[in-house]
Amino acid sequence: MEKYLYIALFAPLVSSLFSALFTATPKKTFTGIIASLLIFSAFVSSSILLTHILGGGEPIHVEMMTWMATGDLYIPFGFVVDEISVTMMMVVTLVSTVVHIYSIGYMDHDKGFNRFFSYLSAFVFSMMILVMSDNYAGLFIGWEGVGLCSWLLIGFWFHKESATWAANEAFIMNRIADLGMLVGLFLIYWNTGTLQYEGSFAAFAHLDTTTLSWIGIFLFIGAMGKSAQFPLHTWLADAMEGPTPVSALIHAATMVTAGVYLVVRSNELYSLIPHVGLFIASLGAFVAIFAASMALVNRDMKRVIAYSTLSQLGYMFAAAGLGAYWVALFHLMAHAFFKALLFLGAGNVMHAMHDELDPFKMGGLKKVMKWTYIMMTFASVALAGLFPLAGFFSKDTILEAAFAEHHFVIYSVLLFTAGLTAFYSFRLTALIFEGEERYKLFGIHPHEAYKYMLVAMSPLLILAIIAGAFRTTFFGMVEEILGAMEYHIHSHVTLWIMTIGTQVFVILAIMYAYKKYNNAKITVPDGTSAMENSFMYKLLLNQYYIPYAYEKYIVVPYREMSEVFWTHVDLKIVDASVDGIAGIIYNTGDRTSAMQSGNLSTMLKWMVAGLLGMLSLAVVFGLAVRYSDEILAILSGLGV
Amino acid sequence: MMEIGLNHYLILSTILFAIGLVGVMRRKNLLLLFFATEILLNSVNIAFAAISHYYGDLTGQMFAFFVIAIAASEVAVGLGLLIVWYKRHGNIDLDSLASMKG
Repeated sequence: MEKYLYIALFAPLVSSLFSALFTATPKKTFTGIIASLLIFSAFVSSSILLTHILGGGEPIHVEMMTWMATGDLYIPFGFVVDEISVTMMMVVTLVSTVVHIYSIGYMDHDKGFNRFFSYLSAFVFSMMILVMSDNYAGLFIGWEGVGLCSWLLIGFWFHKESATWAANEAFIMNRIADLGMLVGLFLIYWNTGTLQYEGSFAAFAHLDTTTLSWIGIFLFIGAMGKSAQFPLHTWLADAMEGPTPVSALIHAATMVTAGVYLVVRSNELYSLIPHVGLFIASLGAFVAIFAASMALVNRDMKRVIAYSTLSQLGYMFAAAGLGAYWVALFHLMAHAFFKALLFLGAGNVMHAMHDELDPFKMGGLKKVMKWTYIMMTFASVALAGLFPLAGFFSKDTILEAAFAEHHFVIYSVLLFTAGLTAFYSFRLTALIFEGEERYKLFGIHPHEAYKYMLVAMSPLLILAIIAGAFRTTFFGMVEEILGAMEYHIHSHVTLWIMTIGTQVFVILAIMYAYKKYNNAKITVPDGTSAMENSFMYKLLLNQYYIPYAYEKYIVVPYREMSEVFWTHVDLKIVDASVDGIAGIIYNTGDRTSAMQSGNLSTMLKWMVAGLLGMLSLAVVFGLAVRYSDEILAILSGLGV
Repeated sequence: MMEIGLNHYLILSTILFAIGLVGVMRRKNLLLLFFATEILLNSVNIAFAAISHYYGDLTGQMFAFFVIAIAASEVAVGLGLLIVWYKRHGNIDLDSLASMKG
């Protein structure tokens, strides 16, 4: 079994290095094909490992080599395949395989074709390290690795100013959060003496609650950055500057869920500190509704989906915070399938519309893009959580968990968000695929994506539809490791009312969205309608003015402060002293080089002068040593 | 009549050393520079012999012999070089020896 672990881990690395060989050469289709095959082999290995774990096999734990061993510190390159990591491995490798194959078509005309596959596979490798490591240090390495690949891929089209800006924003925000995570890791090592999951979890039980709370808080700060939770959320929407397959893989299905994975992995820690868990859940619920509200009005197709991702991450954190770790992980899995599908569909639409992102300029695309239409509709239905698609099972379980734990505020917020989710998803599909063909005004001739791209997407479509059926199997698998429990609403009547009520609410939201956006009167908004001038619309469209506030109150003052430090401290103190020392030495050399006249007579004079100088020093020191007691007495008399 | 003691020898040695030092600094003729060096060495020899006698220890006088031997060999080598230099350049002026200029 170990060899499958190594294949799953290292096939993406080989793929990345192989593609990297051709980065400086023009597009070569075979790099994409070989990269896809290697990632597919990782997927096959992960599936074999999954069957092993599902069949009741022992978790596989290997120590590849020692990484650090100094004093008491011992950190190996150790990898573990247990119920949690195998779930993540399946999600990562499956979505990566789909995205790799899809990208062969999507990046068809791009000059950086080979480079793209190198970065994408490097991302998969980092993500595999993140989920498979058996200690926090390895997790952190993967964590930073995915951050780096995310930066490379957001800024993939680096000649675009906005893309490089977005890449830097994502990178810097993540570094801020990673500092918190690093502090958390230090605290763990300091208090437990180990970073191995097993050892530190065992030691957590003996620590006092205050220490545990700090560890939990700092680790969660790291998770907040990676999973773009408020207030570090602004980078995710801007990250949509990257190519769409990247958005599907990194900014929807895998990397952004790493924060959820961290909380789920540290479940033994968080179950000891339920008050931190409650904070996480509350923040999650807040982000769910906060992001969903921004998605309601946005006019950028990819940003709407990004906000929806943010909102769903909020759901996951709400579940994880309430102790329903298995539900969070299950929603993570289901969400990865339908959200990646939604993004890839959006990529097809973008290609068809020549990179146009405003859904108001589309309309009626279902005639030309039948398959994309079907896939995006199913993905939206799954996202909205309609029976019997994947989203229904995972999202409804989160709602049930919140209800059963008696957190009714969180429950109602999440329920209301479910309605918003349904509304914005179908606002998007209605605007893109239904109604008048508004794109004709702009002279665009849309076309369906390549066949093999659609075929590559089909596994996601199938999973988005049937993933809910795995709920019981999944529960059985993670039951032991996550201390999972089924949430039972005491009375069956309440449960039925809740489920049916949610469904009706969601269906009404969908119908309202269709009624509002599927008609002939929709035109491209020009900023004159009453709604566009309302306060709420402006507030939501401008993302609650948070990016402006960050710009105005953090970025600009920081820049001004830096300028002051640059001109006054750096130039006048640091640089000046360094330059001064160099200048003194240089000038001394310059002036004294006249001594080296080569004239023997002059040199002899200098020699005598030096001799006299040393002699007098010797006399002075000799006297000073001889009369040291008297000199000290005089100095102390002077009060020195 | 005053007896001549160690101090007189040391004063003589110091005066000779000072004369030699001034000679080393002031002389421009290479030959005279050698003379000045000899004066320096011999002033030290006087001090060695006098102190040796004062303490009744022969080590100092032995050192003086060493110094004389080394001075002789130094002069032998130095004069050889000096002659070669004079044949080449026609003078032994110190200011013309500036090929070591940095």
